[in-house]
Amino acid sequence: MSLRNCRSVKVLKVSPVGQSKTAGEFFELTLERPDWDGWKPGQFVMIRPSSWELDMLWGRPFSLSSGDDDSVTLFIQAVGRGTRRIAELSPGDAVTMWGPLGNSFAVEPDVPTLLLAGGIGIAPFRGYVEQHPRPENLSLFLAHRLPLDCYPYDLLSRTVDCRCMIEAEPSDLDCIIDTLRGLIEDNAKRGGLTLCCGPTPFMRTVQRFAREYGARAQVSLENRMACGVGACLGCVTRDGEGHHVQVCTRGPVFWADKVEL
Amino acid sequence: MDMQVNFGGLFLKNPVMTASGTFGFGLEFAPYGDLTRLGGFVAKGLSLKPREGNPMPRIAETPCGMLNAIGIQNPGVEYFVTKALPYLPWREVAVIANLYACDAEEFGELAGVLAGEEGVAALEVNVSCPNVKEGGVAFGQDPAQIARVTEAVKKKAGNKHVMVKLSPNVTDIAVCARAAAEGGADSLSLINTLSGMAVDIRSRRPRIANVIAGLSGPAVKPVALRCVHQAVRAVDIPVVGIGGIASAEDALEFILVGAQAVQVGTANFLRPDFAFGLADEMEALLSEIGAASLDEFRGSLQLPL
Repeated sequence: MSLRNCRSVKVLKVSPVGQSKTAGEFFELTLERPDWDGWKPGQFVMIRPSSWELDMLWGRPFSLSSGDDDSVTLFIQAVGRGTRRIAELSPGDAVTMWGPLGNSFAVEPDVPTLLLAGGIGIAPFRGYVEQHPRPENLSLFLAHRLPLDCYPYDLLSRTVDCRCMIEAEPSDLDCIIDTLRGLIEDNAKRGGLTLCCGPTPFMRTVQRFAREYGARAQVSLENRMACGVGACLGCVTRDGEGHHVQVCTRGPVFWADKVEL
Repeated sequence: MDMQVNFGGLFLKNPVMTASGTFGFGLEFAPYGDLTRLGGFVAKGLSLKPREGNPMPRIAETPCGMLNAIGIQNPGVEYFVTKALPYLPWREVAVIANLYACDAEEFGELAGVLAGEEGVAALEVNVSCPNVKEGGVAFGQDPAQIARVTEAVKKKAGNKHVMVKLSPNVTDIAVCARAAAEGGADSLSLINTLSGMAVDIRSRRPRIANVIAGLSGPAVKPVALRCVHQAVRAVDIPVVGIGGIASAEDALEFILVGAQAVQVGTANFLRPDFAFGLADEMEALLSEIGAASLDEFRGSLQLPL
């Protein structure tokens, strides 16, 4: 059994990212790294600030986005009560963190790998690009609604072939869907690997095209969780056979043809 | 300080158990602490056949509590016996199986499957789940059904300790406690979740697909304490306290009103190592407040004359 741990760690840094409608809506949270052996892109942690006391009970799950020997960084969009409270943390504040949790994205170093990110879904791909042994085989497509500087896009575009499209108007969606279709079809023809993270409708579209073109594709799910360790059964999804499976332990990454979205 | 507890043939090295549905089959929490530091743990609810449980969404966070409507999703009792139990440290820690069935006969059949399993220290009979249409809390609200189910389990349970888990969603918890005792229960555990609901004014939908769900967490502790207080005074069999325990002080409050032991539920979600250190914290707190022993402290609540 792999050893994970649960530790109280200190906040090292909270950095707002980009200019969105609400200041601080996107931010990076850098935490002390506990005594882990390591983590793989696609895995996540649960964090729960000590200051919550009993006001909010559950930790919140976040993809591991980046890190080094001393720290881990989570890329977060403040959209709910919990994430807004996390955005208010300061360096030195205590946070309970457990992980790394779940499985990870497939890594096939010599295979063309297409990363499809919908908005905040870009978070795990920063780590994927940083840890990939042959980033020249990676390409990334980001579909986003908020200004591009809210996302670590420039950072990734220095290393991999990147492309983005904004969904500013409802009509933009058609272009995004057409682009996804083309990218997935091309990558499937080359025997490539397609990895996707983003809102459920975005992943559903990717899943549909992956089926249509026989693409080998993985999707990363972001269901609401209470425990993160497979016990509460609150985060389940249906697998390819219609059985409820825990996203936290059987995922969050699933082969697109083996999960119902 | 001696923290051992021994009641109705059930031995616990300390009074801390974890509650069914919040601790998986125990193995899920093994990476976060030593399972043998617990007095015992109650495995997730088992049925004869596998159950897929309720549709999503199944959980919602509420102030100081949570709602769940999992619907007894479980892989069935055979899976537990063959795939989980052999890997659990049942010689060092009491492993308690929680049983769910649709009628008394099925409860008896389930008890019969587990009666011969050496690794199972006790059977906890769930007559109080609010999240299933058949059986569930409907049993727990009918004293005659509580007695009937308890009898059926007791008859097939061999020498296993039988604990009956009661619902707070009743008019008089004392009547239900007495019904379980008359049915032959060796102990009671209470409370299961309170029936609750949450809605979203923007989507105008319930936050839980099942609409009605079970409320747990610190929000329910006053109700749980009241129920344990009433049950302890209604029956002569031991009572285990459950409901909103999130600190050693919370746990000792249940002991003070007379509980033999406690089960920790929702707090296992606050952090997965929560329960492992709780007995030590209880022991330290007992010393700090000047209690001579756990037994001396138990039930020593001073009521107004």
